Amino acid sequence: MAHTKAAAEAHGHGEHGGHIIVPMSSYVKVLIALLILTALTVAVARPVSGFDAGIFNTLIAFLIATVKASLVLAIFMGLKYDKKLNLAIFLTGVFFLLVLLLFCVLDIYTRVHVQSTL
Amino acid sequence: MSATATAPSGDNYLNHEKGLWSWLTTLDHKRIGILYMISVMVFFLLGGIFAMLMRTELIAPGRTIMGPETYNRVMTYHGTIMVFMVIIPGIPAFLGNFIMPLQIGAKDVAFPKLNLISWYCLMVGALVAFTSLFYNGVDTGWTFYTPYSIRTHTGVTFMVLGAFIMGFSSILTGLNFIVTIHKLRAPGMTFWRMPLFCWGLYSTAIIQVLATPVLAITLLLIACERILGVGIFDPTLGGDPVLFEHFFWFYSHPAVYIMILPAMGVISEVITAFSHKTIFGYKAIAFSSIGIAAVSFFVWGHHLFVAGQSEVAGIIFSFITMLVGVPTAIKVFNWTATLYKGSIEFKPPMLFALGFLFLFTIGGVTGIMLATIALDVHLHDTYFVVAHFHYVMVGGTLMAIMAGFYYWFPKIFGRMYNIFWARITFVLIFVGFNVTFFPQFILGAMGMPRRYYDYLPAFTSLNRISSIGAYTIGLGFLIALIVILQGIFGGEKASANPWGAKTLEWSTVSPPPHDNFVTEPIVTAGPYEYR
Repeated sequence: MAHTKAAAEAHGHGEHGGHIIVPMSSYVKVLIALLILTALTVAVARPVSGFDAGIFNTLIAFLIATVKASLVLAIFMGLKYDKKLNLAIFLTGVFFLLVLLLFCVLDIYTRVHVQSTL
Repeated sequence: MSATATAPSGDNYLNHEKGLWSWLTTLDHKRIGILYMISVMVFFLLGGIFAMLMRTELIAPGRTIMGPETYNRVMTYHGTIMVFMVIIPGIPAFLGNFIMPLQIGAKDVAFPKLNLISWYCLMVGALVAFTSLFYNGVDTGWTFYTPYSIRTHTGVTFMVLGAFIMGFSSILTGLNFIVTIHKLRAPGMTFWRMPLFCWGLYSTAIIQVLATPVLAITLLLIACERILGVGIFDPTLGGDPVLFEHFFWFYSHPAVYIMILPAMGVISEVITAFSHKTIFGYKAIAFSSIGIAAVSFFVWGHHLFVAGQSEVAGIIFSFITMLVGVPTAIKVFNWTATLYKGSIEFKPPMLFALGFLFLFTIGGVTGIMLATIALDVHLHDTYFVVAHFHYVMVGGTLMAIMAGFYYWFPKIFGRMYNIFWARITFVLIFVGFNVTFFPQFILGAMGMPRRYYDYLPAFTSLNRISSIGAYTIGLGFLIALIVILQGIFGGEKASANPWGAKTLEWSTVSPPPHDNFVTEPIVTAGPYEYR
């Protein structure tokens, strides 16, 4: 039956050979890492610590957030153990988010520097 | 395509369970499709009434039946209902839900509970959106442009929250369809044996999943701005109203393709079935669906040519927008080539499909005109744009919904409607549509702005013709409703495959049994093996 096979695949028993059970220790390690990174985010925030990296403030905050999100995606959501197709689908979403940001930034910066005749 | 034959057993999805509760809690994709059908028809009736009110007001200059404030509200509800509650869920959620699993030989969609939840999301979202009626209505138009939508003392918050919730319906349906198409195809149903309607739904689902969250967040930001005073789009708080337009159209332009891609899928099915001929350029049509979906994410800026967007961005968006014409034209040429030397039957679904070809082409070509910055500067926010998108949305999507409904009606209900009166509905809708919207191209070119309550006396004749056309469309749809109801409750019993079509859904009995097929179908050939 096609449905039986499909259901099995949907539950991770399909082509990539079985469902991976992530050890509890990995979850705990990721949790600790997330807590440390959250503390780091607070620590590098200027109003709290007085730390000021100038134009890099936002970049640093984004980098920390990206690392945290990657940990959640890879371990908690199991992307690391899934088929590569799932990673590709996720990266497609990231790509289109970048498209949105890229064109908005392009408009905003060229709007400032170019005198419009419209 | 060959599939295992099915034997009628008397059991079908309509009589498998009985009672209202069984419908409200059903997990059967066919019943959920019917729930969507009823909801969409009710919303269409409401949106249609608002359209008639608008055209009646515009039948003469000055006040006719309502004041300007009421007109703004009527216009807004017409747009929001038709876009979010009718055209977006119309084909994917109604016809897609019912037909797609049958076409790929599946018992159901991959996540039946999620499927039911998505219908409830549409219902709850619509309810929240209509709550705005008790808070002074909404007068922003369906685009909710800032900063007006932040400042107006109307029920915008309820409307945007409603649209936010309805967005989840779209996302969940898209997700469900992607997984279903990947995982639940019958043995032998390879991607290249899938009917083109499924390809259309698959491309649509990709857009639904990727773009709808952006709209959801944008609408939520409006609500935050109205409730909490956060300055994201309001220039007095340091926000950027053009940024709202970027975010809004990042979703809403691909949303045009959410509306039209499944419509194109329907047209592929109908044209091949009623030409009794293998479709010309199957792979080209399938790939062009994916191509349109991909390009649709790069063109939103053509809505912002005169909104304050930079010239550099405008030129880039203008160029990319032209590219959409390529995959779209591939489809139109292939459909035309399919008709060539076919044994064409002018049954009601085919009439609507041919109407689609004619009207959608006009809508598409005028879209390319509007993508040209130099021309758009003059035509932007005029009735030319109104005519253009109605040629795409009504001339395209709505004609396809009618084509699809009349095509799959005998499969869905196991009965046949009155062919003569169905043809009459086509004539009324097609003629009425052109009488309504072609004059609007001329009005726009003459400089009549859209969304205005009043106009100069010079525009009176064309507006009057347009209103008469609108009443003709209204009459056409009213007769269509009677034809449909008469068919459901009193139509002659239909055979399993009254049109002689080749796709898998026609190999099961009409109406289909609860599990779709008595024995699992095995697919051994392509979907359109006519000769």
